[in-house]
Amino acid sequence: MAIEIEKPTVGLSKVAVSDTHGEDSPYFAGWKAYDEDPYDELCNPSGVIQMGLAENQVSFDLLEQYLEKHSEATNWGNRTSGFRDNALFQDYHGLQTFRKAMACFMEQIRGGRAKFNPNRVVITAGATAANELLTFILADPGDALLIPTPYYPGFDRDLRWRTGVKIVPVHCDSSNNFEITPQALEAAYNEAESMNIKVRGVLITNPSNPLGATIKRSTLEEILEFVTSKNIHLVSDEIYSGSTFSGEEFVSVAEVLEAQNYKDSERVHIVYSLSKDLGLPGFRVGTIYSYNDKVVTTARRMSSFTLISSQTQQLLASMLLDETFTANYIKTNRERLKKRYQMIIDGLRNSGIECLKGNAGLFCWMNLSPLLEEPTKESELILWKSMLHEVKLNISPGSSCHCSDPGWFRVCFANMSEQTLQVALTRIHDFMDRRKAMKTSN
Amino acid sequence: MKKTRNSTTPTTGGGGATTAMRVIVPLQGVVQGRGGLFLGSVIPCALFYFLQLYLKGRGGRKSDDPPAPPESSPSETHLPEVSTLHRVHSRLLLSPRGTNGPAQVSSRANAISKQVDGPYYVGLKRSVDDPYDEMNNPDGVIQLGMAENRLSLDMVQEWLAEHTRESIICQDLSISGIAAYQSFDGLMELKVVVAGFMSQVMEKPQFFNPAQIVLTAGATPAIEILSFCLADPGNAFLVPSPYYPDLDRDVKWRTGVEIVSVPCRSADNFSLSTTALDRAFNQAKKRGLKVRGIIISNPSNPVGILYNREMLYSLLDFATDKNIHIISNEIFAGSTHGSEEFVSMAEIIDTEDFDRNRVHIVYGLSKDISLPGFGIGVIYTFNENVLSAAKKLARFSPVSSPTQRLLISMLSHTKFVQRFIKINRERVRRMYYLFVGGLKLLGIECTKSNGGFYCWADMSCLIRSYSEKGELELWEKLLNVAKVNATPGSSCHCVEPGWFQLCFSTLREKDIPVVVERIRKISETCISRS
Repeated sequence: MAIEIEKPTVGLSKVAVSDTHGEDSPYFAGWKAYDEDPYDELCNPSGVIQMGLAENQVSFDLLEQYLEKHSEATNWGNRTSGFRDNALFQDYHGLQTFRKAMACFMEQIRGGRAKFNPNRVVITAGATAANELLTFILADPGDALLIPTPYYPGFDRDLRWRTGVKIVPVHCDSSNNFEITPQALEAAYNEAESMNIKVRGVLITNPSNPLGATIKRSTLEEILEFVTSKNIHLVSDEIYSGSTFSGEEFVSVAEVLEAQNYKDSERVHIVYSLSKDLGLPGFRVGTIYSYNDKVVTTARRMSSFTLISSQTQQLLASMLLDETFTANYIKTNRERLKKRYQMIIDGLRNSGIECLKGNAGLFCWMNLSPLLEEPTKESELILWKSMLHEVKLNISPGSSCHCSDPGWFRVCFANMSEQTLQVALTRIHDFMDRRKAMKTSN
Repeated sequence: MKKTRNSTTPTTGGGGATTAMRVIVPLQGVVQGRGGLFLGSVIPCALFYFLQLYLKGRGGRKSDDPPAPPESSPSETHLPEVSTLHRVHSRLLLSPRGTNGPAQVSSRANAISKQVDGPYYVGLKRSVDDPYDEMNNPDGVIQLGMAENRLSLDMVQEWLAEHTRESIICQDLSISGIAAYQSFDGLMELKVVVAGFMSQVMEKPQFFNPAQIVLTAGATPAIEILSFCLADPGNAFLVPSPYYPDLDRDVKWRTGVEIVSVPCRSADNFSLSTTALDRAFNQAKKRGLKVRGIIISNPSNPVGILYNREMLYSLLDFATDKNIHIISNEIFAGSTHGSEEFVSMAEIIDTEDFDRNRVHIVYGLSKDISLPGFGIGVIYTFNENVLSAAKKLARFSPVSSPTQRLLISMLSHTKFVQRFIKINRERVRRMYYLFVGGLKLLGIECTKSNGGFYCWADMSCLIRSYSEKGELELWEKLLNVAKVNATPGSSCHCVEPGWFQLCFSTLREKDIPVVVERIRKISETCISRS
């Protein structure tokens, strides 16, 4: 019998076969479970409620209403100069009006406490792209970024996959409300050094995902001091800056820089996006704001790989330049998020569950460590599984966020109606009751 | 016999063709004069409607307070200007210390920011800064360096005017799809109509499976994503030259992958020979570069020739023999205008018994429907693993949902699409013949091409010294004196000096005599090579 010679299959790159995309982790597995059995008030009341997706649906009506009022005024008419701009822009620079609109919007969110120059705004198709782009620019393959834990699970993929850059975690824990300390930064830096890894920068998310809390001014100053002393970069992902519950508590790194007259600011870069604050993830609109000229120039060129259509830019520019609308939107959105937050905190407290004190974001950081059999990651995952399959809630386990304290979970509350949130809270309440009953009967 | 230049000789000054990486950014989406005003108004409005629908689908209560009329925008703030680039030698420079101040950027970023902007980019910028306009700027630069199709925008305008309203109320648009978490590689509905469009455009009932499509924000990321998937840093792709300047950026910049060019010559009408492929493959091996694939464009850019069946079979044989991939960029498939038939890789793979896993097709809408900023890129692959990886990588270059919705609507109108493709092709053909004819009057011959909306012209009769230097002198004269921006062959890695790519798709018929006259004026001051 003839022996079959197996033809060698044509090979793929390491990037293609790597699992850095992380889609096999619990963070994403929960989403699959939701996709297979999604909750619907009428048609599937026992389905999985999605609480693992940080999306903002609480303020859509405001956007709808704006468009209804303004669709006639926009662009049908005789704004000839506007059209010329739209027609003649250089694509990777982005529309001047759109960059101006983003700069203004970012200023408004910060209550005018920091100024943004439209010429430093670089447009990308989403914050995911913005973070990856910055990583390509600030670090070489094999270098590292320091990121305080717990952090957004997507960073493992977005910052490392194609760039070849590593993440060295800066460990924060519940003993001080997960605040970032200079000691923790120093420890992470030294750890990297001991492994012969060159640290190129620190990346913070402010307000924090998954903590749902803003970073204190004094902490920001300490972080700035740290990066300056090590001569490295600082990336501040401020994607939730418009989702703080009150206007005053959020301090942007831009404000700290302005207060020190922009000294040493060329190492600082801010990432922003409209997906969270405006609830427009499908639009894929992100920006990089850098105080470093070289980074701005390079990022612009690199944005050729991740462009936003000029029509989307024009559409959003009109909206964001309407200050009355934006002022009202920001204020109302904040109020509604705060109300939601209160609702979920109260509901959880009634069930005997405490959360980290939060003041921003679309989620809360819930402490279920008292429920763990053992204070281990494995126990946490067992608990996560029962939340998913028994209680039918998709929440994100802290281990996906590299949290060093087991038992914490991120719970999103803005991507559903109040009714659905109530259902979720009831389910949790029943779950806790059952556990209490089990305990007393033992 | 024509001399060929040594492509590895370093040059200085105005940026010659070298093997160094080059940052070349196309300036697409420039719509001048006709089309701009109208499209600039209709499209955002259409998108506003789509935005409304999108939001309606996600639900929400009505607020009581109506927003007040818009106020004027705040005053400009002033921070330091972005610094200009420094002109340095075009060799790749890696500075160990970095010169940008305290915190250094990566060597990747450093290398690029020190690069000279080659003629391709300089020319494009000049055209944008000083654009020709018959009435308002008759001495402006005429743009022949941008392969953007303005010949058929009027048809798109017409469609938008007639159908925007209808598209909005159309029941087929399912808004609930946008509300849920979306995959980054494009809505299935769009993939379906894109697959249909590709089939129509290629003039054969070629079936494209929507499930094998990944959509990206333009063809640029499509090529880059494939490069990331098929090659590791330090590997190489073989690319027949001359090839379009952007490919250097798309394939090499962030991936760390090299391009080894396979020179094609005028004696062969710039068609690819397997001997040349073999030679290039072996040269790469000697340099220690592992070749992972071949990248062709068909119709080719900048020359515009079509690959016939035999050539495609040879390519596949070669790829099978070396066990490598083939990427076929078929983005100009809708702009064929000659007598030869266009054969897509998809057709060959369908009918012949080659390993499908090694074939990947790139397509895009930006050439055939040149709406500014509507560029959608398509990766079409038969390889499951590449498909899976590309789908995930598309998250870094996704297409905006309003744009997707508009395109779904437009491409679903089959009659419009058929008419568009037919008329567009006729116009491309007509312009091609008029333009080539005009150049002929000046004694400038073009390669016989059958696709793309550009011609590949032999302007060596106009250059002083038959060398890259001479070619660049002519380029500068064309740009600064004749005010015509054409792409010099050296930017395309052509081994023979004197060739230029001239795109005619941004012209109207009456602009052709203007261009010809301008070139004639400077040709009188050129010393011809005898």
